[in-house]
Amino acid sequence: MRTKIETNNVHLHYGDFHALKGINMQIPERTVTALIGPSGCGKSSYLRLFNRMNDLIDGVRIDGKILIDNTDIYAIPQSEVDRLRRKVGMVFQKPNPFPKTIFENVAYGLRVNGLKDKKLIEGQVEKALRQAALWEEVKDKLKKSAFELSGGQQQRLCIARAMAIEPSILLMDEPASALDPISTGKIEELIYELKSNFTIIIVTHNMQQASRVSDYTGFFLLGELIEFDETKKIFRNPEKQQTENYITGRFG
Amino acid sequence: MLHVESEIQELKDRLIAMWDLVIKQLDKTQQALEGHDRDLALEIQATERRINAFELTIDRSCEDFIALLQPVASDLRFVLTALKINTNLERIGDIACGISEFISDHDTEFNREIIKHMEADRMLTLSIEMVKNLREAYLLENTAKARTVYKRDRMLDKINSVASFRAVDCLEKYPDQKRQTLHVLSMIRKIERIGDQAKNIAEEIIFYIEAKVIKHKRKEKDKEE
Repeated sequence: MRTKIETNNVHLHYGDFHALKGINMQIPERTVTALIGPSGCGKSSYLRLFNRMNDLIDGVRIDGKILIDNTDIYAIPQSEVDRLRRKVGMVFQKPNPFPKTIFENVAYGLRVNGLKDKKLIEGQVEKALRQAALWEEVKDKLKKSAFELSGGQQQRLCIARAMAIEPSILLMDEPASALDPISTGKIEELIYELKSNFTIIIVTHNMQQASRVSDYTGFFLLGELIEFDETKKIFRNPEKQQTENYITGRFG
Repeated sequence: MLHVESEIQELKDRLIAMWDLVIKQLDKTQQALEGHDRDLALEIQATERRINAFELTIDRSCEDFIALLQPVASDLRFVLTALKINTNLERIGDIACGISEFISDHDTEFNREIIKHMEADRMLTLSIEMVKNLREAYLLENTAKARTVYKRDRMLDKINSVASFRAVDCLEKYPDQKRQTLHVLSMIRKIERIGDQAKNIAEEIIFYIEAKVIKHKRKEKDKEE
């Protein structure tokens, strides 16, 4: 399987705080990778490296190499960062639709990226909403406000919004933690379907979710990647005792 | 103690209680055979119901453990192993009961010479040792001890493989005790199956503790040997 993302000896500092310590990982294309670990272990910081979101934080320092499609994303000129972010979509913990219509939420990114053709935009919006398994539920109310949707629908709308600009990587930071079990199930089903087209990295605190949706799992602790392996291996028989303690709830 | 740990301990205690009952059944089977104690044989048959009840309770506990605690890694291996050992022990209980039926069905004592020549008594001793050693191996989480059953199982297989020839000897030597000879042969077949069940339990213990699947690898190794 082709490697989509590779990090080599990555260190991240927020001022004096050493948040990530020498992380090495190779993420294969079109797979789902779950990042797990206790709060503050660095998994979300690691996730935000891939679309250079950490750049926006004062005092941040990043060392090591982060390659996407063999390109060092921290060696590209600033003018290329927008293009990188088009390639790497992101979905956050809480659904955060824009105060616009359902249609405009998805069309927004397309317009920002210079697409003007109305027919093309409509086609892309429908495609993204279908990919997000939301089309059937919203096709008759595209002009309604996104805030009229339920929490689960809003989160799928945000996924559609991220997918509309056709990224190849989707980052998800606890995308279902604010949702009920039915909406969570829909998001997980969606993740499972989307991996045929996208490389997905998901941060989750839910062990069952990690084991259900991911192909690979990375366990972080105090800024270190303790173990990274196939999800089956991690949840059957992890190599490290710390991983075993964490996934079996004996972490203390 | 964490909730999951107390549930594991509870399930382990139940399994050990069942193990003890099965060992008792085997010991009684040996006593009943040695002394041709038909009352004891009937007692074994009556106790079989308790083993069946144990099996159902442990099955149910395992189901609850999986449904409610959603175990992974060593916890998952623990419960999968408990489920399988439960079945193996119940079958060993069945075998003890089956042997006891041969004893209770006979009005007269078994000819010691037939039992000795066919090594049914030695087989029973070996199989009881296997089940007892496995209980200890499980309690102590000692896979080296679990592995000791392989040697004994090969001994059982060896005796079983020559049992038909020895039965022919006995049929010729004791023509008026054909029924006894055939029953002893049937007992030997049953005891050999205790060895198989014990071997399965050993494999489960090794899987639980070392996360190694040795089932079919072991068969291949045995063939090579």
